[in-house]
Amino acid sequence: CSHHPGKARDQFQEELVIRPLHSGDIYASFQFRTLWDTDFLQERQKVSHYRLFPKSLGQVLSKFSVRELHISFTQGFWRTMQWGQPFIPSPPGAELWVWFHDTVSDVDGNWKELTNVLSGIFCASLNFIDLTNTVQPSASFKPLGLGNATDHRFLRYATLPREIVCTENLTPWKKLLPCGSKAGLSVLLKSEKLFHSSFHSQAVHIRPVCQDEQCTSKAWELRQTLNVVFDLYTSGQGKKEWSLFKMFSRTLTEACPLATSSKVYVDITDNPELFELSPATPLLSQAVVLGDRRTYSVFDLTRAETFGQLRSLNLLLRWKGDSGMLRPLLHAERYVAGFGLQTGEIHTVIYNNHPYRAFPVLLMDSVPWYLQLYIHTLTVTSKSRDNKPSYIHYQPAKDRHRPHLLEMLIQLPPHSMTEVTVQFERALLKWTEYTPDPNHGFYVGSSVVSALVPSMVAMNTNFTQDQPLFSSFVPVKEESSYFVRVYTEPLLVNLPTPDFSMPYNVICLTCTVVAVGYGSFYNLLTRTFQVDEPSLPLAKRLANLIRRIRGVPLLA
Amino acid sequence: MSNDFLQMHLKAVMSCLVIFLYKVHTTKAGQFFSSGHTNNWAVLVCTSRFWFNYRHVANTLSVYRSVKRLGIPDSHIVLMLADDMACNYRNPRPATVFSHKNMELNVYGDDVEVDYRGYEVTVENFLRVLTGRLPPSTPRSKRLLSDDRSNILIYLTGHGGNGFLKFQDSEEISNMELADAFEQMWQKRRYNELLFIIDTCQGASMYERFYSPNLMALASSQVGEDSLSHQPDLAIGVHLMDKYTFYLLEFLEEVHPASQANMNDLFKVCPQSQCVSTPGHRTDLFQRDPGSVLITDFFGSVRKVEITKDTINLTSPVEPPIQRSGSGDIQIESLTYVDQLPVAEIIHQKPKQKDWHPPDGFILGLWTLILLVFFQTYGIKHLKHIF
Repeated sequence: CSHHPGKARDQFQEELVIRPLHSGDIYASFQFRTLWDTDFLQERQKVSHYRLFPKSLGQVLSKFSVRELHISFTQGFWRTMQWGQPFIPSPPGAELWVWFHDTVSDVDGNWKELTNVLSGIFCASLNFIDLTNTVQPSASFKPLGLGNATDHRFLRYATLPREIVCTENLTPWKKLLPCGSKAGLSVLLKSEKLFHSSFHSQAVHIRPVCQDEQCTSKAWELRQTLNVVFDLYTSGQGKKEWSLFKMFSRTLTEACPLATSSKVYVDITDNPELFELSPATPLLSQAVVLGDRRTYSVFDLTRAETFGQLRSLNLLLRWKGDSGMLRPLLHAERYVAGFGLQTGEIHTVIYNNHPYRAFPVLLMDSVPWYLQLYIHTLTVTSKSRDNKPSYIHYQPAKDRHRPHLLEMLIQLPPHSMTEVTVQFERALLKWTEYTPDPNHGFYVGSSVVSALVPSMVAMNTNFTQDQPLFSSFVPVKEESSYFVRVYTEPLLVNLPTPDFSMPYNVICLTCTVVAVGYGSFYNLLTRTFQVDEPSLPLAKRLANLIRRIRGVPLLA
Repeated sequence: MSNDFLQMHLKAVMSCLVIFLYKVHTTKAGQFFSSGHTNNWAVLVCTSRFWFNYRHVANTLSVYRSVKRLGIPDSHIVLMLADDMACNYRNPRPATVFSHKNMELNVYGDDVEVDYRGYEVTVENFLRVLTGRLPPSTPRSKRLLSDDRSNILIYLTGHGGNGFLKFQDSEEISNMELADAFEQMWQKRRYNELLFIIDTCQGASMYERFYSPNLMALASSQVGEDSLSHQPDLAIGVHLMDKYTFYLLEFLEEVHPASQANMNDLFKVCPQSQCVSTPGHRTDLFQRDPGSVLITDFFGSVRKVEITKDTINLTSPVEPPIQRSGSGDIQIESLTYVDQLPVAEIIHQKPKQKDWHPPDGFILGLWTLILLVFFQTYGIKHLKHIF
């Protein structure tokens, strides 16, 4: 068979990072990256030969002229105070944000069709994304890929906080991988273990990136990421000892044959005081990620000696001591205050734990139209003093058309807590707009806090090809700070819910009253009484007949 | 004389035998081609919401499992589950749905694909799937793309009553609507033969109004009877399956793709001694004899395989032309990433010019009123001061 002698235009890398957490839980982050040197949006040449890049996504990109696509499905909530910052943050439920190309004339139409197509690809109810829960952020969610034009008319953002993530979402996600779930790191992705965890998030990120260090042309990058945090007590049986087999009920036996690089990184910065790792490996690497320099133990799966004599790799981490809780520099919370079913107040609290540096954060809130916000009651206080945001963008909601969008750029003073409060009133929906289980409540999507947090060590601004994937997701522009996005909790509010059996009750009662009232009135007015002769038995009737013939008086 | 007689008798017997063998041969071959369908579809619907209706999801998933095992691929199955039991926070074993209290069979599996889930399972969506009248942007996995040579299996389970089936505790579908939907399917030639199985209370009432040809129906209970659930599980805390589907699953586990079991065996599943309710069936609209209809005609998938002994020469692959030629002369400046949080730019961002819309009717009316009042009060002679 003939083989093309030139270099293949696409390459695939896979990576697993295991980070033991201070609370005894363990955080595993899978990243699968396909880099493809082509241009979907070229008019002259239709792309028809797909090798490693999945065809279903390629066709979606070219049909809807998508510049960037980010979709994530998350079960659980990321606890920043206990677990630190994740490599790829995501809010609970489903989140989809897309940058379209500036050649698109009808962005809303493309967005509607794109959500329907993606709901078929990922077996999720993304078709519930429509104009009532889509926003166009003006300053958040800048593109993570190459480009310079950032007209926010081509950006769409939507979340579905109620979306459930289960095996039916994992199955098509695994099918997009070049090796499927048969070889390489993806054999570890077994749903019975992955969903029995505190946090599970799977995402697909597609964006144009630099092809090489000179950055003269673009390449498409598809990243599939899966973050999971296994709980010490539910999965770990209370023992502070983790291994690949305990986490995933599988061990690694080979790398994906189609991958150019297949590595497992274990964060051993706190080794040996906190835990010990076996099998020990001489391969170490250092990376600056999330503002900190961490040391990693590297297991290269493309080399046969990693697997040892048993031909399988099972990492074992055994905790030796306890350590103090870490304090992440940026943390945010949100809750609903108030009582009753008419009014309420949304409080968003943002903590800046840096001892002496202040930094700005961009807070984006998207509230559905049925919680009517009163923006004149918006207050932003830091250290019990008023803190005026340097930029506010507010787009009011339109009933049944558009949600509220509030974006604010707030300067957080060092070592402080900033509270943003706004009052709202709950709307009464039409009775067909309620879900089949309205007493569960209605969800409000998470707030997004985007910030450039000052970094403790200098970040790496150069783009190199052999950087590990977990440190090259967000492009770094300056050395002194790193970009982070924190999601707050979604809110669950109860709306005034009618009693749905009332129409039936009302009809029964009204009909009864009308029947009884009108019926008796009608009878009183129109009923006449007549004296009715009772009918005589047969014998007496015959006797009467004879008496009539005889002319004698009849019987009674 | 007797020799001739014997010979004639022998010849008669031989010819009879030949004719008999020929007939047997043609019925076997004839049976293969007489079923008349070329592809199989399945529409499996669970209509109940809430954790205590776990058994309805388990019912649907066990039929899904059997149908997939016997050969129908995911692209030909439309699975509708009204609530999520596997990843429900009340499930002590996440990502699993069990059919038996010994936890031996996880009917949820590792490669399930649910097409309609949660709030999407409504009467409207169900009828649209059946009749094919879906909005144009609906993806393929959510469509029933059957044609006039498709055998379709439809399985419904949930809570029902005399003449209706309840969807998600908020709406119901009546037997007349279902019969009309099947008639629409028949008129649009969307099925060759259809098997309808329903496992609800008073299930037989749902098929008594059918009037389209080539329909066969099975129900778990007669009108006036309740279908009962099988057994609870103390760890999960709810009933795991309904009796009828439990015995149906047991029966189907013994069926394999080459099995010759026919519909008469299916009618015997779960007699009253096991099910407490009396399962019913209806075959008067079906043209073939149920004894000649194989289980795999509906639960399995037809695979027509042609074996050829010739070699085929494949053309050599076309190599895509290299696009990088010609970029050497043009100077391309290096591309850059966008700043994620450009603070200075954001602060000085001018509000975007919105598209100009003509003034609303209210504004126009208000201005007309103001102008009229003005001219009324001050008279028309002031017009020249304005223009």
